Amino acid sequence: MNRRTLLLAPLGVVVAGAAGVAVLLERDYVPSALPSMLIGKRPPRFRLPAQPPGPAFSSADLAAPPRPMLVNFFASWCIPCVQEAAMLRHLRQGGMKIWGIAYKDKPADAAAFLAENGNPYARLDSDLAGTVAINWGVYGVPETYLIDRSGIVRWRWAGALTREVVASRLNPLLRRYA
Amino acid sequence: MIPELGHFALALATAIAAAQGVLLLWGASVRDRRMMAAAPAFALSQLLAAGFSFAALVWSHVVSDFSVLDVAQNSSSLTPLLYRITGTWGDHNGSILLWCLMLSGCGGAVALFGRELPAALRARVLGVLGLVSAGFLLFTLAASNPFLRLWPPPGQGQDVNPLLQDPGLAIHPPMLYAGYVGFSVAFAFAVAALIEGRVDAAWGRWVRPWTLGAWCLLTGGIALGSWWSYYELGWGGYWFWDPVENASLLPWLTGTALLHCAIVVEKREALKTWAVLLAIATFSLSLCGTFLVRSGLLDSVHSFAADPTQGIFILVLLALTVGGSLLLFALRAPALAPSGLFAPLSREGALVLNNILLCSIATVVFLGTLYPPFADLLAGQKISVGPPFFERTVLPLAVPLLAAMAVGPVLSWKRAELAPALLRLWWGALLAAIGGGAVALGWKLVPGLGIALALWIIAGAFAEIVDRIRLFRRPLGESLARLAGLRRSVFGTAIAHAGLGVTIAGISGMALAAHTLVFLRPGQSAHLAGYDWKYVSIAGATGANFTARVSTLVVSRNGHQVVVMHPGKRSFPISQMTTSEVAIWTNGFLDLYAVLGNERDGGAVFRLNYHPLAPEIWLGALVMALGGGLSLSDRRLRVGAPARRAAAAPAPVRAG
Repeated sequence: MNRRTLLLAPLGVVVAGAAGVAVLLERDYVPSALPSMLIGKRPPRFRLPAQPPGPAFSSADLAAPPRPMLVNFFASWCIPCVQEAAMLRHLRQGGMKIWGIAYKDKPADAAAFLAENGNPYARLDSDLAGTVAINWGVYGVPETYLIDRSGIVRWRWAGALTREVVASRLNPLLRRYA
Repeated sequence: MIPELGHFALALATAIAAAQGVLLLWGASVRDRRMMAAAPAFALSQLLAAGFSFAALVWSHVVSDFSVLDVAQNSSSLTPLLYRITGTWGDHNGSILLWCLMLSGCGGAVALFGRELPAALRARVLGVLGLVSAGFLLFTLAASNPFLRLWPPPGQGQDVNPLLQDPGLAIHPPMLYAGYVGFSVAFAFAVAALIEGRVDAAWGRWVRPWTLGAWCLLTGGIALGSWWSYYELGWGGYWFWDPVENASLLPWLTGTALLHCAIVVEKREALKTWAVLLAIATFSLSLCGTFLVRSGLLDSVHSFAADPTQGIFILVLLALTVGGSLLLFALRAPALAPSGLFAPLSREGALVLNNILLCSIATVVFLGTLYPPFADLLAGQKISVGPPFFERTVLPLAVPLLAAMAVGPVLSWKRAELAPALLRLWWGALLAAIGGGAVALGWKLVPGLGIALALWIIAGAFAEIVDRIRLFRRPLGESLARLAGLRRSVFGTAIAHAGLGVTIAGISGMALAAHTLVFLRPGQSAHLAGYDWKYVSIAGATGANFTARVSTLVVSRNGHQVVVMHPGKRSFPISQMTTSEVAIWTNGFLDLYAVLGNERDGGAVFRLNYHPLAPEIWLGALVMALGGGLSLSDRRLRVGAPARRAAAAPAPVRAG
């Protein structure tokens, strides 16, 4: 390769890279977002026993909530869940409806967790075997799903809901589906 | 009122920077003496304006003026003063303003310390810095204004992110930024050289101190960041190959290459094109490190959420800076022909090998970091690239680099022979074999090799000095006299190289780390690595803006008490976060590390770690930075030293 062409190469690499980055920005690329098969669909059908202090809910109860709501998978053994608890309480105080599913957790342990960290959940299920979570495609706890007024899953967040996530991801969606 | 003054000063700095860029570059090209002479005045007034603007922002944070949006989001009246100040750069907008201030500071430094530079070169360097400054100040002003008001002001702010409320992190971003931004000077020199179409030995000598200064700061900044994640995140790890960490490692790698390459430019006037490209690449990577990461493009625990307009603005700015300089490079670099020659086996040859290996490592890290977004773009695949990739690809490149590092400094310039050079290192090889062998026999093979490599590097670092002072070959008195006569930069190089050896030893030692997760009730003990860890009690405590749980662990060895540790947890009610307060005890050669987990059933979960040689990781980095600093204090390297003038301008020919 002649010297001039070679010296042009760095520019070429950078131009190609910049074009790629521009497309990624345009697409609103979110690296940490794991694609969920449930987005745009109804949640899978399930019926679970209540997690004290309950009351229980089933997939039928998610069919048409009056306002967009959250379904949150949690466990007493999960440390990020403790960190997330305060944010869930905060959302609950703001009028958000949150239903919880205790994932692979003994009902007594989960109840103790709720007693200690506060209970932001209006209704609670216990998924001791973790099979319902598999159908939802839960990746790990905590994990949160946004369900709109027609009962369609609009968003999934794997990991704790932090202030940044709520401000930059959840709140815009709540406005859109309100 | 103060925030408005700050806002105005920011606008003023932008205007001055733009004028500085345009007028100085134009003035230098038409050889207008008065305009070129105004260069320092432009740079210093820009620094003054940017400094005032930043001070105004710090002031708003200190007095908790919640009518300023940034203050309301990143501070609270309960936040301690130190973190109210450091909260200034705790978010996107404030940190960008700090970044701009640093860039203005670089211009100011060139204006102050670059008095001996030829007027045209100085004007061009400051002109380039002015243009870059103008771009980023404009970005701050237009897309990330930290002085935005909020009405009505809230009664209380949202507090600084608790993870950032830490003395280590208070100085980490400014130091890291100073390192990143410091490379802007080398970049400006490279672009100025391209405009002039001339790179010579003097250029190499001028670029080196600026590169070295930035390198020292970046080394310190990276080490602080790594240390912070070690003790604050509570995972017991020190390097996660997180994109933010990689982004800081990349300019460090290419900056290190540039530092060594500039020596060859100075000595042989060879590798000129390469040196210019490295200078551009290092600053470009610093820019990407700051801004692409901040735009949230790469997945990271650190990133700030930024809005898309900022992303596009930054991308255009980066494309102009990086693309513009590389276009200039493509047009002008063909004129830069090497003039000096050297044999492949020589000190210069060793420096070339250093460059090849460092840049290969940088390429691998770069590809690994950028692969996930581009795989998503081109193939629509969600992929994550983790530590195993980086460990497997970086190690085979790092080992030859480290092995050769000891040999390079004992080779002679221009043409050398390997056998005599290696003979001079026999004692280093012996030391490495004994030390590494002992570790390998006692524990594991890989840490043993690491320790051997570390000892080899440390021995090699001092071999040049031993050789130069003819230690044990001449009477001791003569050796000492020679030692006193050596230049500081020789010691600086040796110390910096030895520092890397110390870091390698620390990393190797960490491969022998042990940890355990235990549930203990008060009075119960756990055993790890020969230590008994007894859980005594736990108590509540309160701080200014947090409540805490503090436990007491008594650690003993063979019945003798070693230390009482207090791992704890803090919860911050305003920002609704919990942080773990890791307890670390160190004796300089090993760390005992304890983390408090959840409390239940009258007991608590603890993670106990035993980290041999962990302190050496950061100690080594500190030694590296100090070595660089010592070298920087060498009169010969200092900008403005009279010895340089002869090399700078063509020496006047005297009759007779």
